[in-house]
Amino acid sequence: MSTTTRPAPVAPEADLASLLPRSWKVPIALTVFTLLSAVAFALTTKATAVSRVAIMTGTTGLGTINLTFGTLRWSWALTAVMAAFTGFAWWAAANRIHQVGQLPVGTTVGTIVGVGFVCTFLLWAVADKASPLQFTGLLSGALFLSVPLIFGAMAGSVCEHVGVINVSIEGQLLAGAFLAAVVGAVTKNAWLGLLAAPVAGALIGALLALFAVRYWVDHIIVGVVLNVLVSGLTSYLFSTVLSQNTAVFSVAAKLPTWKIPLLGEIPVLGPVLFQQNVLVYIMYVGVFVLQIMMFHSRWGLRLRSCGEHPRAADTVGIKVNRTRVLNTILGGAIAGLGGAYFTVAAGLAFGKDMSGGRGYIALAAMILGGWRPKAALLAALLFGFADNLQNALGIVGVAVPSQFMLMAPYLVTIFAVAGLVGRVRAPAMEGKAYKG
Amino acid sequence: MGELSPEQATTGSRVRRAMRDVATSQATLIILSIVVALVVGALLIAGADAGVRSSIGYVFARPSDFFSALGHAVGGAYSSLFQGAIFNLNPSDNIAFLAPLANTVAYSVPLIFAGLGLGIGFRGGLFNIGGQGQIILGGLLCGYIGFAWHLPVGLHLVVCVLGAFVGGALWGFIPGILRAKTGANEVIVTIMLNAVAGFLLAWFLTLRAFQANLNTPISPSVAATARFPHFFGTAIDLGFVLALAAAVGVWWLMERSTLGFRIRLVGENPEAAKTAGMNASMTYVWVMVIAGGLAGLAATSQLLSGVAQQLNGNIAGTFGFDAITVALLGRSKPLGTVLAGLLFGGLRAGGYIMQSATGTPIDIILVLQSVIVLLIAAPPLVKAIFRLPDPERRRQHLAKVAARTVRKEAVA
Repeated sequence: MSTTTRPAPVAPEADLASLLPRSWKVPIALTVFTLLSAVAFALTTKATAVSRVAIMTGTTGLGTINLTFGTLRWSWALTAVMAAFTGFAWWAAANRIHQVGQLPVGTTVGTIVGVGFVCTFLLWAVADKASPLQFTGLLSGALFLSVPLIFGAMAGSVCEHVGVINVSIEGQLLAGAFLAAVVGAVTKNAWLGLLAAPVAGALIGALLALFAVRYWVDHIIVGVVLNVLVSGLTSYLFSTVLSQNTAVFSVAAKLPTWKIPLLGEIPVLGPVLFQQNVLVYIMYVGVFVLQIMMFHSRWGLRLRSCGEHPRAADTVGIKVNRTRVLNTILGGAIAGLGGAYFTVAAGLAFGKDMSGGRGYIALAAMILGGWRPKAALLAALLFGFADNLQNALGIVGVAVPSQFMLMAPYLVTIFAVAGLVGRVRAPAMEGKAYKG
Repeated sequence: MGELSPEQATTGSRVRRAMRDVATSQATLIILSIVVALVVGALLIAGADAGVRSSIGYVFARPSDFFSALGHAVGGAYSSLFQGAIFNLNPSDNIAFLAPLANTVAYSVPLIFAGLGLGIGFRGGLFNIGGQGQIILGGLLCGYIGFAWHLPVGLHLVVCVLGAFVGGALWGFIPGILRAKTGANEVIVTIMLNAVAGFLLAWFLTLRAFQANLNTPISPSVAATARFPHFFGTAIDLGFVLALAAAVGVWWLMERSTLGFRIRLVGENPEAAKTAGMNASMTYVWVMVIAGGLAGLAATSQLLSGVAQQLNGNIAGTFGFDAITVALLGRSKPLGTVLAGLLFGGLRAGGYIMQSATGTPIDIILVLQSVIVLLIAAPPLVKAIFRLPDPERRRQHLAKVAARTVRKEAVA
């Protein structure tokens, strides 16, 4: 997970490492997944079953490749790969090996086994179905669903690195969605809506900063209560002002979809990544810029010092509380921009509580990504994928109750928080007021 | 102060100190917070009212129009809120006069149960956001026992209530044990478990055994043998008595029992607790189990009293999150939680009447609740709004002045 450069372990450290207790959490978890894959999927497959997968190659639906897999053979092959990596994890745990080169063992092997598990499940689920699995649609839908999560996770990591826990991502998303929809509808211009969204989020961020930094109220309390406040406020305005003027407000402005020249022509990936609306492109740039700025810039260093050791930061002349307030507002603005996804990016009018708890999932994605924008992006994509899986499998007509598929990402998060990312460390002084 | 004669000091400062004590007391803070919340609510009601908005255009030409529209909108909404929550001023008989108060009590029951549970968590240093999921699991078990089992009157009710507790406790146990064994952050785990519980409930309601009518996600009604008896033909029933008993029980647990002492110490300072030889991890498990069980009991107010007595997808409503505000307002103490539950129960009971009488959406209640809780959590803000004396700020100011004087002297 870590890409920060770390000096090669010197002898005393290596000695210390050998004294650390062995951690069996990762290999045990991976073994469970591998066994589940073998017992639940591979063993229950008929020998003659085939799974069909459709992959779009061109920009339109015309260029489609249909792939056919022998379900039994492929699921055993995938399970064997999972078993091999699980064995490696056992070996690494026994020898206290946490890193191979730059790659951390737990996360890397966990990701590989997880992908293997999902592939086995997909093959098993679509075995002998009349219509093929629309693979391209599955991926592009997953990307689209993960947009608010990624913005939320970016907002969360900015706030938490500066030392303010931001549970009000949910409220910031909802406020952004609301203002974007209202401004977009009144001006009949989606672009102005997109500009208004971060303003709403920044306002909620400012409230969070006011109570958390100025008045030392517990950050989680402020966050939860702000979520209730935004939900009540937007629902109230929706039921009154917006419902009284449906002629104006039920008309939704929509951002256009842009195809990036050249990149949009890449087979498979082009339609997924580069035929989206501008919010998605802002997201790509945002994650990239934030990842670099946070760990390789003066702003990032000051930001993180306020979250790790505010007294030290104060000593060298950084105004801790000012930095905290400004960056909490910035975080709110990022989340608010993500809120535009629900309304102007999707082309929908505002609806009550339309963020639907995604702010909380964004928080989980941020933690799963170890407070790093880049890794949080991957975690958010995982959630988006699981969310979209039930759409894609619903079209194919799979018998698994949809509730259990919807449950999956939440269970994965619990699992990850308890096992795989147990060692990931939050900024040291997050949630603690600096009373300097 | 020091230059006053002893006589002046005792009479003069005693009055002033009494005034200051009143101005800075907890009760004043709560009342002022409610006042601010009502003002915010009034602004929202006025802003959404068509009459107010049209008359504000010529407010300087004919202010009377504006103020009468304002009074009509805000006064109408708040008077129906009051009449829905406390006294019905146009009653048909004595029972009808007090019926709103009984409704308030009935609405407060789930808030008190869940608020007590969350309060224990806060005092134990755990931020349990999982009230929602714990209520759902409590409801699943309580509801199933209620409509599927056949037991004699009395026993059935007891088993149902126990079921609600066990269901919630089970859902609290998971984050507790994960925190104890793996250090998993309980905030994230409980948030995730809320969602899992919601899907679990939705799945159960697709099963034939949980449906009264085929393909309708609503369960059969709880058997008559398992319902709370009502008092005096009002909305108040045994559930409220149970909630009060739970409050007393929580008071005993936290203030008088060994476990409560451990919970409080771990909440205040886990390191000190460990040094004293306490098992902080096991305390987390106990806190979550008890908190979850109490939250689970909140489900009884829909299943064993209420109107429908059926399990549906909305069994938990927003009680889990409302209860957080209740526990915060009640400062996580049993008596405070009961009073806060009654306040928010009253807002809800009145809110429904207000919605039907004046068309003001009940969502405004959420705004009032959250403003109250935010202000109570930040006493200096309330003091700044009302320009009340703030001992803390005064002390800081004096310290600053002293520091400046010292520096000046040092320079000189």
